[in-house]
Amino acid sequence: MTVTEAPSLPRDIGGKNVGRPIDRVDGPAKTTGAARYAAEYPYPDLAHAALVHATVSRARITAVDTAAAREVPGVIAVLTHENAPALKPPPAVNPLNLSTLVSGTSLNYLGTDEVHWNGQPVAVVVAESLDAAREAAALVRPAYAELPAIVDFAAHEGEATPQKGNMIMPGGARKGDAEAAVATAPVSVDLRFTTPPYNHNAIEPHATTAAWDGDRLTVYDSTQNIDWFRRHLALRFDIPLDSVRVIAPYVGGGFGGKGMVWAGTIIAALASRATGRPVRLALTREGVYRTVGGRTPSIQRVALGADADGRLTALLHTSVTRRGHVGGGPEQVTSQSRHLYDAPNILLEQKIVELDLLSNTPMRAPGESIGTFALESAVDELAGRLGLDPIELRMRNEPSRNPIDGKRFSHRMLREAYALGAERFGWSARTPEPGSMRDGRWLVGMGVATAYHPSLQFAANVTVRLSADGTVLVRCGMQEMGMGVATAQAQIAADALGVPFTAVRVEYGDSTLPIAPGAGGSMQTASVAASLLAASEKLKRSVLTLARRTGSPLRARRPEAVEARDGGLWEKAGPGETYAAILARAGREHVEVSVGADRGLGAAVGQARFMGKVLLDRRRWVKAACGAQFCEVRVDPDTGEVRVSRWLGSFDVGTVVNAKTAASQLRGGIVMGIGMALSEETLVDPRNGRIMNPSLAGYHVPVHADVPPIDICYLDEPDPTMPLGLVGIGEVGITGVAAAIANAVHHATGRRVRDLPITLDRVLPG
Amino acid sequence: MRSFAYVRPPDVAAAVRAIAAEPEAKFLGGGTNLVDLMREGIEAPATVVDVTGLPLTEVEELPGGGVRIGAAVRNAELAAHPLIRTHYPVLSQALLSGASAQLRNMATVGGNLLQRTRCPYFYDGAAACNRREPGSGCDAVGGLNRDHAVLGVSDACIATHPSDMCVALAALDAEVEVESVRGARRVPLAGFHRLPGDTPHVETDLAPDELVTAVELPPPAATTSRYRKVRDRASYAFALVSVAAALEVRDGTVAAVRLALGGVAPKPWRAHEAEHVLTGAPATEESYRRAAEAELAAAVGRPGNAFKIGLARRTIVATLRELEP
Repeated sequence: MTVTEAPSLPRDIGGKNVGRPIDRVDGPAKTTGAARYAAEYPYPDLAHAALVHATVSRARITAVDTAAAREVPGVIAVLTHENAPALKPPPAVNPLNLSTLVSGTSLNYLGTDEVHWNGQPVAVVVAESLDAAREAAALVRPAYAELPAIVDFAAHEGEATPQKGNMIMPGGARKGDAEAAVATAPVSVDLRFTTPPYNHNAIEPHATTAAWDGDRLTVYDSTQNIDWFRRHLALRFDIPLDSVRVIAPYVGGGFGGKGMVWAGTIIAALASRATGRPVRLALTREGVYRTVGGRTPSIQRVALGADADGRLTALLHTSVTRRGHVGGGPEQVTSQSRHLYDAPNILLEQKIVELDLLSNTPMRAPGESIGTFALESAVDELAGRLGLDPIELRMRNEPSRNPIDGKRFSHRMLREAYALGAERFGWSARTPEPGSMRDGRWLVGMGVATAYHPSLQFAANVTVRLSADGTVLVRCGMQEMGMGVATAQAQIAADALGVPFTAVRVEYGDSTLPIAPGAGGSMQTASVAASLLAASEKLKRSVLTLARRTGSPLRARRPEAVEARDGGLWEKAGPGETYAAILARAGREHVEVSVGADRGLGAAVGQARFMGKVLLDRRRWVKAACGAQFCEVRVDPDTGEVRVSRWLGSFDVGTVVNAKTAASQLRGGIVMGIGMALSEETLVDPRNGRIMNPSLAGYHVPVHADVPPIDICYLDEPDPTMPLGLVGIGEVGITGVAAAIANAVHHATGRRVRDLPITLDRVLPG
Repeated sequence: MRSFAYVRPPDVAAAVRAIAAEPEAKFLGGGTNLVDLMREGIEAPATVVDVTGLPLTEVEELPGGGVRIGAAVRNAELAAHPLIRTHYPVLSQALLSGASAQLRNMATVGGNLLQRTRCPYFYDGAAACNRREPGSGCDAVGGLNRDHAVLGVSDACIATHPSDMCVALAALDAEVEVESVRGARRVPLAGFHRLPGDTPHVETDLAPDELVTAVELPPPAATTSRYRKVRDRASYAFALVSVAAALEVRDGTVAAVRLALGGVAPKPWRAHEAEHVLTGAPATEESYRRAAEAELAAAVGRPGNAFKIGLARRTIVATLRELEP
């Protein structure tokens, strides 16, 4: 994969752009419709594809009757396991090649007569029009010999086995004897929580346009992981890596659902190869539910013991999640419980059960989103038992070092986040007694919970070109799913090179560009920023060398003595000149530098060096974004309807690059958390594993009327161990949200709901 | 979706002739339900007869004080109509609580009456559903049935009728005017929709070739009325329970009451039992509770939807309480 040299990076580039609420550069293209998404690329001879999904959970396909489908006018081909071209199977996961993690399932689509989940694609129709493809797909009749299937998560909880940890995702942890300490604690809670399966529901359903030119494959796809995606396609279609080009400049939301390669992509490329036509396969919303994994459900236990003063003596958090027999991974449900509370006895345990269902896949803050629901609800319950304010209880147990192993925090300002949030939200107006606050007929409740998400970094390759006209081009194959990555990186480049924001252009979303990590784990911005800062330093040196060689008034030899500002290089208290002047005198059209190598030995060495540094860093520091979620709910005393009436998120997310897009990211996480807390749930029929609400009518994401005004504030204090002090912000916003709502519902009604979603029948049963 | 022919007749006579000539034809109103069903392959008409061009778009005050609503009037237009907002607030509120603004701009009165259930097993061709495929069974009975009905159900079907508008119409004693090549007739709304019994696929009293041309409301009673919809999110969700109520209290006694329920039955459910208990009773919380209990006495809950029984009782009481003068 990729290389990044390990430069010494500036923590503060003192510029004019980082931190400002600059409008996103891709805004006009998106609002005018000029931005083109994966299903919008035209080819004159484009064909359209539609999937046929299995309606059983586990079976062998005994026959597929495609006669009626082939009769439909406009049908070009109906591909099944009986006639589809053979593909190489997905590779086994190899820790030395992380791109092997990218296969959504282990299934060789249309290459087997086996059915492993209800909804698995068993055929694809390619036709001249989308209507013809869909009409014909509805006429394909597979016949199955059904096999026994295990699909009911709740019923198979007991068969879960401990999940193993890895270098990125730790497994369990143990310190002291938490069970014994809970049993003997003066005050304790021991609680069971459940969370349902969820689906991502990005506004753009997954889509692929695939075209072959001989053995060269071009794929437009809604992926959030261009590089691994490309490697996977090369491997599956058995062609050289250089023969695959992936283009994904605009992705209409991902939330983790577009991090893996799913059936639609493979089948589109397969159908194109089989028919010799460019093929577009845009999944229906139902197709997304049936072929793209969602968030695993969970069953969790949290037990806390405390002394009479509210000091924790024990923290116990266990989880059971599920994966499919065909794939999916463990979810780090207890992650935040390693870091949030000081306790002498800690036991964390994560188990997993395998079912005949589609793989689970990461969804915004996998682990912490549902893990904080259980932990932060339990802390609230303990506060109630102790008669302590829930913020006070948290502050009494705020650790100075990482509780599980004594590592140092690179940066932790949770106390400050709570203080800021409580003040702005007006927490002091809350009367502690449940049911004590009213507004007319509404019961009013206020709740709070901690948000937490680990901070990660990956290698990224970046090229920066400075042109004679003073403009800057940043090239990096990163992915834009709506976060505003081009805007954020342009702000950083503008400050690092001392040019106006408008002088910087950023190219992204294409596999011909230098390789970037996938957009996941809230790490893209910091990872790319690290390389961009290194490249900017390198560029300054090159320009300075060029300046000196060509008789510039710049006399300084050491780059540290030179500042990049006002569109050029200037000695701190002396002469300088613009980039345009330096390049003009040198007769150069541009100066370009690269950070990282995309291929060959350089890539391998760089990768090893980078991962070594990351691991060393992880051994030394615990890095994270955190925050405090405050909410106010109103509960109808007759019906149990819960409406969130006010929200404030107070975050410690390091340096904020763009005040506007950062607030949007955090706000978006909170909106998604409101859905997770109150209304979202993927309904899986426990009899046959079939998802029964695969639509936005049946799967209730929040509508505008469900979302209150959301006030976002942050401390804007850099993390001293991260480039520019950046900490990822993509996921922390959703964490803690469900617990804050559950805690507020309890405060409003006295009713504690430990099962998500908090629907009205759980608030007022019977 | 199956390919189909499309015709757009200019008048009612041509429309009913078109459907009489083609047994596999369907009328198309706003298309907000039929088109979805066609996309899912649940409806597969050979011909679609678009009736939105018919002269059925007026809301008129009748000489006797009632209102006649053309079947092609859009839901949004009806909800905003001064006659409806002033004299039948329950209907306006019910319409505005349904669907989304975009759907209400398209949906017609006639189409709303003929909406089909949103039971997920009805929509999923892989599931057993007596309503979609008579005799195939009902996967909802032993399956996911949180949204399903507790009143008027049978072993063959426990699906709910999804309309909000129809619940208000049931409370208002509306009448439906229908026409075919055989002539016109009127059907009381209370008799328009059928309970599933052994034939859940027969959903209404309408013959396949009959066209809904209008809905008539009797003169407004001198009462206040209200529609209360309880659902899982603030907008764009079907009712778990809804209550359409009109109440007239004289000297502390219920002089007249009209009550209908949505979300709990396979048809818009006129709450006759509750009305019977309430009429002449003191206008008190206790009376409302007794009335609600009487109405729900026959309810049959299943693990997923038993909560609706208590929820319906509480929502009836709360709605009546709010209507007290």
